Amino acid sequence: MNLEEAKEILPPKLYNQLKTEISNLSLSESQKEKIIEEVIKAYKSSLVEPGEAIGVIAAQSISEPATQLTMRTYHVAGSVQVQVTLGLPRLIEIFDARREPSTPSMKIYLKKSYDTKEKAAEISRLIKEIRIKDIADEVIIDLVNNAVEININNSLMKHYDLTINKIVKKLEELLPKFKISNKENKIVIKSDSEEIDIKELQKLRTKVIDLYISGIKNIKQVIVSQENDRWVLNTVGSNLKDILNVNGIDISSIKTNNIHEIYEVLGIEAARNAIIEEASSTMRDQGLDVDIRYIMLVADMMTVDGDIKPIGRYGVAGAKGSVLARANFEETIKHLTHAAVVADEDRLESVVENVMINQIVPVGTGMFELLYKPKKKEKA
Amino acid sequence: MKGININKEILDHYLVPKHIILNEKEKNELLQKLNISEQQLPKISINDPIVKLIGAKEGDVIKIIRKSHTAGESIYYRLVVKI
Repeated sequence: MNLEEAKEILPPKLYNQLKTEISNLSLSESQKEKIIEEVIKAYKSSLVEPGEAIGVIAAQSISEPATQLTMRTYHVAGSVQVQVTLGLPRLIEIFDARREPSTPSMKIYLKKSYDTKEKAAEISRLIKEIRIKDIADEVIIDLVNNAVEININNSLMKHYDLTINKIVKKLEELLPKFKISNKENKIVIKSDSEEIDIKELQKLRTKVIDLYISGIKNIKQVIVSQENDRWVLNTVGSNLKDILNVNGIDISSIKTNNIHEIYEVLGIEAARNAIIEEASSTMRDQGLDVDIRYIMLVADMMTVDGDIKPIGRYGVAGAKGSVLARANFEETIKHLTHAAVVADEDRLESVVENVMINQIVPVGTGMFELLYKPKKKEKA
Repeated sequence: MKGININKEILDHYLVPKHIILNEKEKNELLQKLNISEQQLPKISINDPIVKLIGAKEGDVIKIIRKSHTAGESIYYRLVVKI
């Protein structure tokens, strides 16, 4: 067997390794062939056998170390800048396919021409979500004039590159029913109609404090730091869709820990890769060594139908074809009554239902039947 | 549509593998080789951003060349469906 034939059988990584190794050695043609044959033999014997119950093995391989995690989740002492969910809670979050992680965050790198401290600081100010409370010294109720007054902090306003006029314009858009006027660094919000009681004023004040002015929504905090000679913006909060429209950001390497956002913006394949990356890095950070193939299998199961399904009764387990298998897992009565109502059928094709009725399980050798065709005896 | 230029840039994102639409002949060859019907393939939504970008239609089969940690490169197929 030569290298060309080996290319058909071996995966690219192994093939390239074999090719370079062989070219480094001075070997005769027959020796080369022997090596290639040995490698192929070793590769084939390391493959999973047909019928192997890899799902169960993957489940055990992930959950056994995960039990250890419950007992010794490391806490990062001194809290380096931002609190992030780690360990088992994070792992559960990933496999449950939660819509929002409990601590969403992004990691944003900059394009080469923007990779300076000044530009990084500029972009960090630009993307941070700014509400009235972030730039106001105080918001008070003026009982004499029946109005709400905002005292703007000038230095904060300059820091975020805003002007009074910009804020007033934005407020006029957001509060069309009110008259908005400004003098120096004060903004006064008055009702169009004269009659407004204290209760309503108080409501208005609470509303005004939380009004969104500029920046990117959900980006609550931005921390600029340097990693391997590149400037990085670490954010609290995540909004992948809007961040992509910001100038100067290196789109090809942007990271977020919100997998549903990745699915919506970058597609299902990217979401699969994100699940693998997040799950394996979570476990690696906790000092666990789970083979990546198990995580890949789980990620494939979660994304096989084109959207992200959680592991559990609303996702992968709930999508099983067999009624008995679903009833065996959770919500037994619901599945059985539904099956009875619609006259559902169970083909007994999978493992659990065959265990229930005491039949051979289609796993390993139970998966295949042997067909023996005796040769006809030649007549003498 | 807003942001089309930027949309193209997501193809370069490190999480997004290469997507290729198979033509009718390649699709039939694949189904014959694997001996399955197209409904048995993994699915991808027609609203998937990458599907929209490369302009695939319902019923197309997309070949995905994944970067794999274990094999270097691995090939996956998905059928475009409405979800």
